Amino acid sequence: MSTEVERVTTSKRTLEPKVLWLTAAASFLVSLGVFVVLSMAGITSGFDIVATVLWSAFLYVALSYVMSRIVEGKRKATDRLVAGVVTSAFVIALLPLISLIYTTVADGLNRLDGTFFSSSMRNIVGEGGGGLHALIGTLEVTLAASIISIPIGIMTAIYLVEYGRGKLAQAVTFLIDVMTGIPSIVAGLFAFALFAIFFGPGIRFGIGGAVALSLLMIPVVVRSTEEMLKLVPNELREASYALGVPKWLTVVKVVLPTAIAGIITGVMIAISRIIGETAPLLIIAGLSTNMNYDLFNDRMTTLPVFVYTQYANPGRDAQAYLDRAWTGALVLILIVMALNIIARILAKVLAPKGQR
Amino acid sequence: MSKRIEVKDLNVYYGKFKAVEDVSLTIEPRTVTAFIGPSGCGKSTFLRTLNRMHEVIPGARVEGEVMIDGKNLYDADVDPVMVRRQVGMVFQRPNPFPTMSIADNVLAGVKLNNAKISKSDAEHLVEKSLKGANLWKEVKDRLNLPGSGLSGGQQQRLCIARAIAVSPEVILMDEPCSALDPISTLAIEDLIEELKAKYTIVIVTHNMQQASRVSDKTAFFNIAGTGEPGKLIEFDDTTTIFENPHVQATEDYISGRFG
Repeated sequence: MSTEVERVTTSKRTLEPKVLWLTAAASFLVSLGVFVVLSMAGITSGFDIVATVLWSAFLYVALSYVMSRIVEGKRKATDRLVAGVVTSAFVIALLPLISLIYTTVADGLNRLDGTFFSSSMRNIVGEGGGGLHALIGTLEVTLAASIISIPIGIMTAIYLVEYGRGKLAQAVTFLIDVMTGIPSIVAGLFAFALFAIFFGPGIRFGIGGAVALSLLMIPVVVRSTEEMLKLVPNELREASYALGVPKWLTVVKVVLPTAIAGIITGVMIAISRIIGETAPLLIIAGLSTNMNYDLFNDRMTTLPVFVYTQYANPGRDAQAYLDRAWTGALVLILIVMALNIIARILAKVLAPKGQR
Repeated sequence: MSKRIEVKDLNVYYGKFKAVEDVSLTIEPRTVTAFIGPSGCGKSTFLRTLNRMHEVIPGARVEGEVMIDGKNLYDADVDPVMVRRQVGMVFQRPNPFPTMSIADNVLAGVKLNNAKISKSDAEHLVEKSLKGANLWKEVKDRLNLPGSGLSGGQQQRLCIARAIAVSPEVILMDEPCSALDPISTLAIEDLIEELKAKYTIVIVTHNMQQASRVSDKTAFFNIAGTGEPGKLIEFDDTTTIFENPHVQATEDYISGRFG
């Protein structure tokens, strides 16, 4: 009988959303006040916004738990506690990202101008100059790496899901897993060692960078494509076989179109993964201040390498170098963002229609 | 159009496991034959050997003969792809291709095989097949919409239209109504009655009323226990099986005493 009574009372008394919002506002104001006082008293160096947000989140979770425990009972209080912790974890995970984008945009906008996109760093010391050579390098090297990796990756995944049986398939899967974990510098060293055999030591060109990057990209493409192909219901393959369609046509015309949206998303993630690589390119693509449109000849700079050199070796006017570095980083982020948007649109257009 | 199927001493294996043992039966042209029996007794497995669909599962193999008009499906020179163009199949769950429109689903057998078809021929084939599957009136105004937007019963009839569009000789149906409501089931059963005029139809069903309603002949499969192979217990006219079965196990099963 007593549990019956308790259930009735707990369901009647709930915390109003208004009260919870007030609690949240109060926790924020309290921690804001504390940290403003601390910074004015000189205990912390400057006002700390991150700590303020973290402490107000902590305060809110604790307060809402206690209040809920008193008003609503144990079950609801636990629910609010867990919901609060999960939400806080999400906010904490998001904070560095927001901070990073804010810093990059704020510092990168200084040099996001026509000169940056129309000139290289040839004969530049100090102000001026730009990252056109690096932008071209990034686009060419990434494109070449994609051209190498996407067909190999997708075909490997098709082999693993549709054809591979037994020991060979297991071995391929194992090697793909190992490849996923290769440090990027090792990929660079591999490409360097490979091309040094043919062209002698000290060889540096863009296509070498593309080969190193494709080593990093292939396992990502294989893994994501494999997962997508596995999601295609077996019934569709059987339906196709039952119509007298050979296996390869079933793969090309039924399985791939059904999974294409997911495959594109996976490929884009793989491109985003390699477009920001620095270390292997420093080794095999080298760095240069000149324009170079030729993948197969001479050193080629990409945006991450450009950012690195601008930051690591500033010249006489250090601020100009830092500004260029930030702008290079901003451009890189914008490229990745544009790729993601294109991928989303493509995925939406190509995805299977209907309610499923 | 339709053909006689003769099965002689057929054993089906999954790897080392013998799933179906020693089945021999003859299916006459332009009849409906129903396979009934408890779950796991091998009736679906046996059905899939009739168009070599069981080979899709790794490790599956067959001993014995399946003759369609005197030609053994399992001869070395027979291409399973060609077998499946003659013997169509409809599955338990409706499975229209989600990337294709209703019309393209009907044309799937043609288009997926890269065959050329003129626009007027294609329109004619779509209309003919959808009319054959009793779906034309319901979908004629939305042929270009995705097939997955239809109701379950309509999807299943779309799958039947897709199967008859490649003009097979035999249509196999693996529990075609088990995912459908009674009204859609009735629509499919009426359709089977009509299709019988042109095609040889083999249907697996768990619904004994359905078997007695639609079929001319019924085969009862049973299994001695888990891990044992399924066997054909009795094969006779549907009326005989349901009214006067010769084997005790058949009587027990259809009267609901086990299974």
